[in-house]
Amino acid sequence: MPSANIIVCHECDLVLRETALEEGGVACCSRCGHELYRNQPKGLERSLSCALAAVVFFILANAFPIVSMEAHGLSNSATLLGTVSLLDKGEMSSVALLLFVTAFLMPALQIIALIYLLLPLYLGKVAVGTPAVFRLLYSVKPWGMVEVFMLGILITVSKLMHMASVVPGVALWSFGLLMVLIAAASSGFDKHVFWARVEALQ
Amino acid sequence: MRALTASRAGILACHICGQIHQAGTEAHRLSCMRCGASLHFRKPDSLSRTWALLIAAYVLIVPANVLPVMKSGSLFGTENDTILSGVIYLWTSGSPPLAVILFMASIVIPVAKLLSLTYLLVSVHRRSRWAPRERTKLYRVLEFVGRWSMIDVYVAAMLTALVQFGSLMTINVGTGAIAFGAVVVLTMFAAESFDPRLIWDSVDSKDLRETENF
Repeated sequence: MPSANIIVCHECDLVLRETALEEGGVACCSRCGHELYRNQPKGLERSLSCALAAVVFFILANAFPIVSMEAHGLSNSATLLGTVSLLDKGEMSSVALLLFVTAFLMPALQIIALIYLLLPLYLGKVAVGTPAVFRLLYSVKPWGMVEVFMLGILITVSKLMHMASVVPGVALWSFGLLMVLIAAASSGFDKHVFWARVEALQ
Repeated sequence: MRALTASRAGILACHICGQIHQAGTEAHRLSCMRCGASLHFRKPDSLSRTWALLIAAYVLIVPANVLPVMKSGSLFGTENDTILSGVIYLWTSGSPPLAVILFMASIVIPVAKLLSLTYLLVSVHRRSRWAPRERTKLYRVLEFVGRWSMIDVYVAAMLTALVQFGSLMTINVGTGAIAFGAVVVLTMFAAESFDPRLIWDSVDSKDLRETENF
């Protein structure tokens, strides 16, 4: 019979019995070594607080220029959405779409989904449509690439450094913090703990 | 020794939330009773889907490397930069560490990803029993590193946004960037559609035959 303490390894299909972990412990599959679950004290709470903080830095990262540069007495600055619309006008709409989806839309959806699921849970309620939003969160996750975008910006800056004076903008630091916050928020979100909490409330 | 796998035990675990279902009684709904995701023992048509996406990526990696990802124009004429020439430029202009990162992300990772996925697919077709644990690990690494190839697309896009000084100096994204972005997206989809449990299925079926013989 399917019981609550049986789990299946996602990568090699082995049936395992769930065991209690000490704080900070990680359970891995005995056959293929895939990480199964962790015991993170206050993981969901940490995830929620990081997601809420990420909202602030997401707005900052998109409201201000990422970098400005000056050359030949002219200056120019770039924001993420400005770059998207510029590429779209310059007949590079597929690149514009790729940039928009991976650096703006998917990270935004990831943050919103986390808050939508966790904030009501923190207040002792279960959000309407939790299953659908949970699935959305998992389909969005691989496509949010803020950390890759961040490295891309750094390489861009260093490429321009010797031909012009490059000034990092507020958004550059915001993207850096956003990257850390999103990583912390998604690592704190443990689906086993999440569903256990949801089922306890239902 | 036979390992007890979920498919042999008639258990279906949800791919997304991990909820356990007993096949036959609960699985006929074909969607997870907890999160609503569709249920299946193995990802549907995993091998043919992965092959299709992989072959498309093999085709596109050629224009991605041959066509310019960046076109820079100035008073002194225009210059086309491919992925490799961008790496060389970074190396010679005095930032070798970044050149190494870019080289890894835009050339080594995509090629390694294509070759390793091909190897995984062939090994599943041949029902290889060799080093399943290592092959699963290879798959896990593939899934993780693929996204970093996107760096080059971002660099081209940001340079385009910043360097717009009319006739003095302009940089534009080249058609190679479209092909390169497509390679990254296709290989990400290919890795996602590959089912690592197929690696273990050949191991398990061989075990089954051995136990039947004795």
